[in-house]
Amino acid sequence: MGGKIFAVLIIVIALASAVPVIHHTFLGATVAPPEDISTHGAEIDKQLDETMIEAGLSFLAAQIVLGIFVWGSAGRNGILKNFPGGAKYLVIAAILLVGAEALALGAIGTKAWARVYFQPASADAMPVQVQAGQFAFYFRYPGPDGKFGALHPEKIDEGNANYFGLDPANDVDARDDIQSGEFVVPVNKEIHLMMHAKDVGHSFYVRELRIQQDFVPGLDLNLHFTATKVGKYEIVCTQLCGLGHYNMKAYLNVMSQDDFDKWLKAQSQ
Amino acid sequence: MSEASVHAAHAVPTSFIRKHVFSLDHKVIGLQYYGLALVAVFTGMVLSWIMRIHLVWPNSPIWGLGWLSKVGAPGGLVTPEYYLSLMTMHGTLMVFFVLTNAPFAAFGNYFLPIQIGAEDMAFPRFNMMSFWTTFVAFLILISAFFVGDGPPLSGWTAYAPLSAVGGDSGPGQAVGQTLWGLSIFVFCIASLLGSLNFIATTLDLRTKGMTLARMPICTWAWFITSCISLLAFAVLLPACLLLILDRVAGTSFFIPSGLNISDHLQNHQGGSPLLWQHLFWFFGHPEVYIAILPAMGIVSHILINNMRKPLLSHKTIIYCMMGIGFLSYMVWGHHMFLSGMNPWSALVFSFPTLVITIPATIMTLIWLGSLYGSNLRINSASLFCLGFISMFVSGGVSGFFLAQPSIDIYLHATYFVVGHFHMVMGVAAIMGVFAGTYFWFPKMTGRMMSETLGKWHFFLTLIGTYAIFMPFHYLGLAGNVRRYSAFTDDFLVPLLPVHKFITYAALFTGAAQLIFIFNLIYSRFKGKPAPDNPWECTSLEWSTPSSPPPFDNFGGQHLVVYHDPYQYGVKSSTGDYLMQTAPERSGETP
Repeated sequence: MGGKIFAVLIIVIALASAVPVIHHTFLGATVAPPEDISTHGAEIDKQLDETMIEAGLSFLAAQIVLGIFVWGSAGRNGILKNFPGGAKYLVIAAILLVGAEALALGAIGTKAWARVYFQPASADAMPVQVQAGQFAFYFRYPGPDGKFGALHPEKIDEGNANYFGLDPANDVDARDDIQSGEFVVPVNKEIHLMMHAKDVGHSFYVRELRIQQDFVPGLDLNLHFTATKVGKYEIVCTQLCGLGHYNMKAYLNVMSQDDFDKWLKAQSQ
Repeated sequence: MSEASVHAAHAVPTSFIRKHVFSLDHKVIGLQYYGLALVAVFTGMVLSWIMRIHLVWPNSPIWGLGWLSKVGAPGGLVTPEYYLSLMTMHGTLMVFFVLTNAPFAAFGNYFLPIQIGAEDMAFPRFNMMSFWTTFVAFLILISAFFVGDGPPLSGWTAYAPLSAVGGDSGPGQAVGQTLWGLSIFVFCIASLLGSLNFIATTLDLRTKGMTLARMPICTWAWFITSCISLLAFAVLLPACLLLILDRVAGTSFFIPSGLNISDHLQNHQGGSPLLWQHLFWFFGHPEVYIAILPAMGIVSHILINNMRKPLLSHKTIIYCMMGIGFLSYMVWGHHMFLSGMNPWSALVFSFPTLVITIPATIMTLIWLGSLYGSNLRINSASLFCLGFISMFVSGGVSGFFLAQPSIDIYLHATYFVVGHFHMVMGVAAIMGVFAGTYFWFPKMTGRMMSETLGKWHFFLTLIGTYAIFMPFHYLGLAGNVRRYSAFTDDFLVPLLPVHKFITYAALFTGAAQLIFIFNLIYSRFKGKPAPDNPWECTSLEWSTPSSPPPFDNFGGQHLVVYHDPYQYGVKSSTGDYLMQTAPERSGETP
């Protein structure tokens, strides 16, 4: 009795588990990635979809076969039978079907990874520095001179809005640097993001951009992306950084080039 | 092949302390590990309840919590830092004190020596020390609940520099975090002692005729696990030492220069946060297999017994376990795709991670293929084995996503990862522990557990765990970030109904575990007396003269083994199976 219940139950659970993935909703909530607004994201989404099909079918097949075999053998008291062909064919099947497929898919997926990480930002990409600290992101634009002022961690003074530790009194490059709590970028323009951590580890995650990258204290990292759709998107921290981790966020504001120029001008005054 | 155990036999203890507290008997020590894991798992589960309740009803006071922690939960309302502390303690308790202790240290201690026909472990005194050192580690960890600013909040992975810089980085990061480091340091010592003991016992104390090839699959699993554990904890031990030194001695192994934390410029330079991640995950990934391999072994052993026929190939299962153990040392970087390490290394770590799917799939197909055409007996133990297979598949396929760096860009640090590791490492391993408990309880206590309660426990647990952990994956697909103490972001608020559903499921599943506890206690005292070999099983633990076995396991006899333990579906005087000790067939020599 218990065996038959298990057999039915496990097939029902498997099928029910697949429904929200197919319909992208569960209990009224949308449970799928939001619309992609990057130039590189389509490849990641394709990779995710193909993996979902392969992994999903493997999941359903394994659970259903488990259910069927348990249904057939539970409480049975007959002549023992062996699976046709025995272990040999199963091992070959695992290597050929699952192993080869997994490796092939993994190999194809490296293209998407390469586009984000192996190509450096192009020379005309717009440089922006982001600094992560407990529990806020700050963004810095180099200003009209195109140069970033040097960072002096000991000069950080949030009370006087010196979030990066700049030294404008002695450092010419720092004088026209623009600081912002919002990440404002022009649409369809490649951004070269220079990532700097002020205190502990943090991470930069924008779902719509298909970008996630840790900040490493002591190690400045570079990212590049192009946002393709005007709008406001949430930037959240995804590396545990302390008690305010859940509340560490900022907005990515993608504007038309005109609006961006106006915004930048207003900031530098 | 070695002769029967020749280690100096210790005398039967007579005092209460020597019998039940500081015992040298591997069986008592196994039960002590089991008891400690039971305390840890219920503590960890209650912590998860508090977290789940806080996430969905942040403004409802939790009864009694304000009294337990006036600082962390004033008026019963959990503060953000206390949430992270509960999460850190939940993860640490579950990974170290439950998933390492229960399937490996507890069952391994009790049954590895018996299954190879030994009277005890190779080093009984080391064995006692292993347990009591683990116990001290447990006390140190729990004491973090009672120190000034509370338990640490940097997660079970304790990423530096958050974990290394001390009190400036937040509440719980002062004394609490040091206690965490000390606890894990001590735990590593205990695990190293235990692993050495398992390896020496397996290699040296096998009885006559017990060749390596004739060892049960679970013995093999414990043996392979102890080899993995020896190498893994040997790396975590110095890593914890360096972390403690950074915290208390002013060194800078994991802390670079120029950090400004809480308006204090940190007086450190030259350290690397990534070094901690490499050391931690060099241990951390094999640790996953320390949790799951013993469960694979236990499940294979029990499933064969209940199918009444051997696996299609039990050697293949053992080779796969070895392969997984070997590969487990080459994949730690898949936890670090986005950590800032060289992006080329992501591809190097991705490849063996995908290759691990091959032995894992082979094992799954062999379990499934072996079920076909078997005479499957359905009882609580075999149901939990089937539950294990189902969970292992469900948790395994999500690993296929996370093994790919490109997809990890989107899914990293989301609930998808939480769902993945809870299913494959947490629930699957615990299902193995439940299977082992129902199966070996008659041997350990001399009484049977209630089958009716056991089946209710199984079905409610199966439904409940799927209801908790499947939706975790859906949340991850929506980009729901993990380790948040509240969901206030615009895109997270609409996901709250899913979180409510999970909280209800967690409370339901937790409540179902009370059936197990009741069954355990009730059957211990009032259960039906167990026959000598209730499951008609062939391995040596069922050849002991009594249940529980006498102090020296075999009442002075030295067993002789004639064949592997999977002689089912044969004709013999005992029925459809042949004990390992039965010399009934011609041509078989010890």
